[in-house]
Amino acid sequence: MTSTHLAAAMLALTLAGTAPAQADPIDATEIVINDGEIALPTRAPAPAYLEGVLPEVRSGWLYRDEATRAMQMDDFENPGMVFADLGLDSWETPDGTQGKSCADCHNGIDSMKGLRAAMPRMNAAGDNLWSMENFINDCRVNRMGAEEWGWNSAPMKNMTAAISLQSRGMPVDVAIDGPAAAWWERGREMYYTRFGQLELACANCHEENSGKNIRADHLSQGQINGFPTYRLKDAGMVSSHQRFVGCVRDTRGETFKAGSDEFRALELYVASRGMGLPVEGVAVRH
Amino acid sequence: MNWPTDLRESALAATAAALTLAAPQAQAADAVAPGGVVYVDGGVAQSLTGAPGNPEAGKAIISTAALGNCVACHQISALPEVDFQGNVGPSLDGVADRYDEAHLRGLVANAKQTFPDTVMPAFYKTEGFIRPGEGYTGKAPTGELSPVLDAEQIENVVAYLLTLR
Repeated sequence: MTSTHLAAAMLALTLAGTAPAQADPIDATEIVINDGEIALPTRAPAPAYLEGVLPEVRSGWLYRDEATRAMQMDDFENPGMVFADLGLDSWETPDGTQGKSCADCHNGIDSMKGLRAAMPRMNAAGDNLWSMENFINDCRVNRMGAEEWGWNSAPMKNMTAAISLQSRGMPVDVAIDGPAAAWWERGREMYYTRFGQLELACANCHEENSGKNIRADHLSQGQINGFPTYRLKDAGMVSSHQRFVGCVRDTRGETFKAGSDEFRALELYVASRGMGLPVEGVAVRH
Repeated sequence: MNWPTDLRESALAATAAALTLAAPQAQAADAVAPGGVVYVDGGVAQSLTGAPGNPEAGKAIISTAALGNCVACHQISALPEVDFQGNVGPSLDGVADRYDEAHLRGLVANAKQTFPDTVMPAFYKTEGFIRPGEGYTGKAPTGELSPVLDAEQIENVVAYLLTLR
């Protein structure tokens, strides 16, 4: 806590001397949750493929203001936890023609521990890259006889929040080799493609200019280890694809759809840029 | 307000334009079209409208999120009333001492003519994009693209920048 206060004080001094822009991320090494019950590292060494590109990989939490950071430091203050609880309820609720719930096959939701850290990954058939949403819908349709949930529907985001929480603290560890390699390469290409009439790539903001400000937005590295996240601006849960849609839209671009091949490829690549950062699910951002 | 003349006559049109953010703006009849702008070493010698811009109108464009929003990335000390000035681009303080009018016009219209890899969007360009959208809707364009700012707005911005000495 001392280092946090010191960092806050230094930040205040910086702010007093210059324009309202925040400069660098705060100096904290951990997100300390519930008075020390959980401590999530905020930094990890850059993976080999980012050497010379980023000095280290950093949680987006470091770039948010003090009030937002504090919300994630207490599970009772974290608005995302309400939605994770709703997801847990639905884990145990039968649905579809088979009359099954998730729990009927998978037992407690803690059986999903580790899943979020490895998402997205190749499906069992090995012919497609699946996000957690794909795995959930596959179960719903093929095992439960239930209808698919929309990618950004409330029940889907509640469920991904509940499942992500089981991996809280586990380092992101996505496979980018083997059959996933082509997906990763496609995602990497997208990351550096300047989309839209404003001709902006992910990298223009989140690599070249992370730590700087676009108006009131303090640019982070665009990490997705905290997703699904509670986003104050949306007053609700937001999936990584939902944020991708928003970013491409803000380039005055024609977006891809949530769940599209393009955004699953991008999800893999962006996840791999956060390799070693802990799953924060569910984070709080603004 | 700094709407182009033909929009200024219609409050309804102005409202519609505001709703769609930087909506397609009608061009002055004698304006140089985006595709017809001649860049020499990144600069554009001729006024895009053939007339001098209005610096006061330019100031509003620079600081309005739905218009130029230059302050999103650039800091301008002469506008202390404008909150949250960004720092992705260089400060514009004294910019008129560093660039002449032609070069300022070229930088606002299409800075990539001067700095090929710059992050800065081109404000007077309508072709050569990857997946451009219909404004900020995220949808595919329904017709020809409009530049982010029209010729008169570009000239107004240039006129304001020329006051930053």
